[in-house]
Amino acid sequence: MALSTESIDAIKEAAARYPHKKSAILPALTIAYRQIGYLYDDLYIEVADAIGVSPNEVASAATFYTMFPKQKVGKYLIQVCTNISCGLMGAESLKEYLLKKLNVKEGGISEDGLFTVVSVECLGSCTTAPMMQVNQTYYENLTKEKVDEILNDLREKG
Amino acid sequence: MEKKILFANIDDPGQPEIDTYISKGGYESFKKVLKEMKPEEVIEEVKKSGLRGRGGAGFPAGMKWSFVPKDSPKPKYLVCNGDESEPGTCKDRVLMEHDPHLVVEGMAIAAYAIGANHAFIYIRGEFDHPANQMRKAIGQAYDKGYLGKNILGTGYDLEMIVHTGGGAYICGEETALLNSLEGKPGQTRIRPPFPAVEGLYACPTVVNNVETLSNVSLIIKNGGEWYASIGTEKSTGTRIFCLSGHVKNPGNYELELGTPLSYLINDLGGRVIDGKKLKAIIPGGSSTPILLPDKIDTPLDFESIAQAGSMLGSGGVIVMHEDTDMVWVARTLAHFYMHESCGECTPCRQGTKWIYDILSRITFGEGKMDDIDLLLDLCDNIDGKTICPLGDAAVIPIRSTINLFRNEYEYYIKTGKPLVNNKFMSFV
Repeated sequence: MALSTESIDAIKEAAARYPHKKSAILPALTIAYRQIGYLYDDLYIEVADAIGVSPNEVASAATFYTMFPKQKVGKYLIQVCTNISCGLMGAESLKEYLLKKLNVKEGGISEDGLFTVVSVECLGSCTTAPMMQVNQTYYENLTKEKVDEILNDLREKG
Repeated sequence: MEKKILFANIDDPGQPEIDTYISKGGYESFKKVLKEMKPEEVIEEVKKSGLRGRGGAGFPAGMKWSFVPKDSPKPKYLVCNGDESEPGTCKDRVLMEHDPHLVVEGMAIAAYAIGANHAFIYIRGEFDHPANQMRKAIGQAYDKGYLGKNILGTGYDLEMIVHTGGGAYICGEETALLNSLEGKPGQTRIRPPFPAVEGLYACPTVVNNVETLSNVSLIIKNGGEWYASIGTEKSTGTRIFCLSGHVKNPGNYELELGTPLSYLINDLGGRVIDGKKLKAIIPGGSSTPILLPDKIDTPLDFESIAQAGSMLGSGGVIVMHEDTDMVWVARTLAHFYMHESCGECTPCRQGTKWIYDILSRITFGEGKMDDIDLLLDLCDNIDGKTICPLGDAAVIPIRSTINLFRNEYEYYIKTGKPLVNNKFMSFV
């Protein structure tokens, strides 16, 4: 079993909130990927068992939504918005800077296992561009100095 | 002009707390409808206000509510759409983060008006903080007895649930949202049946945007006529405009509808950065046609923007200065629509990919002169030929950039280089 007892309890609790338990699939996948880091086939079976639906139903939803990582990522998943508003404020060069500084290829994992950098579509942070999301946290109005500080803090935390 | 009714308390750090919200008259509107108004009267009041949907389509909210069949034996559902994903748009997030009870109260009133005992707020998965703010606010509302069973002794029951999605743009479209809320891939449904008749779990359902519902308690408190007196005759009230791109002071600004675009960009936005020349404006999120600088005095209301050749959309105003490569703009947005197409309809699934591939070919210096007409031909074969409006939206930036900046395409194809080099903030 990869899912922790806490995760399973949280999934069961989510399922109980809805008139139809199938509705809990996305919240359950959120609980699962936040614990494990990414989603994979065997995990769909565990999630399905916790909700009480078929693994196919879970896999069908999971594979549609690109927000859920389907392969291993670094401890800190850095998602850089490269859509129009962020792009106009230099998002492409922000991404290049991160890749260079962390010495990693887009989608890869840095040597210390800490970082993965990917570009994503609009995250709804257009008036505070450029921005990046690190795991669940938004970092906005980014400058070179701010990015350096954020990366240092994350490295220190390990 | 700037007019803060939704944003009246947005700067108060204590606003997300229910005691602060109540101390300013919060939940009085909900109490009033429960104790003094019949559901039909609530719908009438909202109809009188002229409130139109703030998600993009601008459909009258009161009318949408009145489509729910009263005699249906099935349960009815209210769904608040907080999937906010239209590039350039980030206003619903601000309401959920900074005044979550305004959203909760609006949802509660709307649920009562349509006879729903369950209300859901669907929040895009990346919005972790807004979802937590909403959960906290809903928890406080339960504790005070504004949600749950037999609310304030009136016999009305309402359960309110925060639902987080999987970060798919398509789920902002209401039928895709409903499929997603049912735990399925976010693919759209053919209408009819409309959600008001057969929506969530095949039951009557109303889906309204966060900003739309945030207006409801204010309309009940001050009256539909008060709301209708703000804005223009057909575009009543205010709207939150998200000003982004090449302006000095980007941000979310609440304006009375009918306020000139120039007031937003120049007076509030502090003009274009670095003293550069304005080149293009996307007035209502990425799915709305580009306006040239000569349209900067257009009043921001549904009708005037339509007359100027665009749409008010979701309120995302994106400003571009003279050093912006418009073929890059088209390619960036083409990538977005390709990525977000749900894959259900062939013209959109295949067409958005072709468009992106052709634009990539042009920007890699391998374009052919025929590519411009090929792009327009592809647009014709997507537009109006899909179940939902994502396909129609995907062709807008392409047609718009070709119509207004064809010379940039031609130069790119002839020389393999952009006519205008992007000069944006650089990190490297």
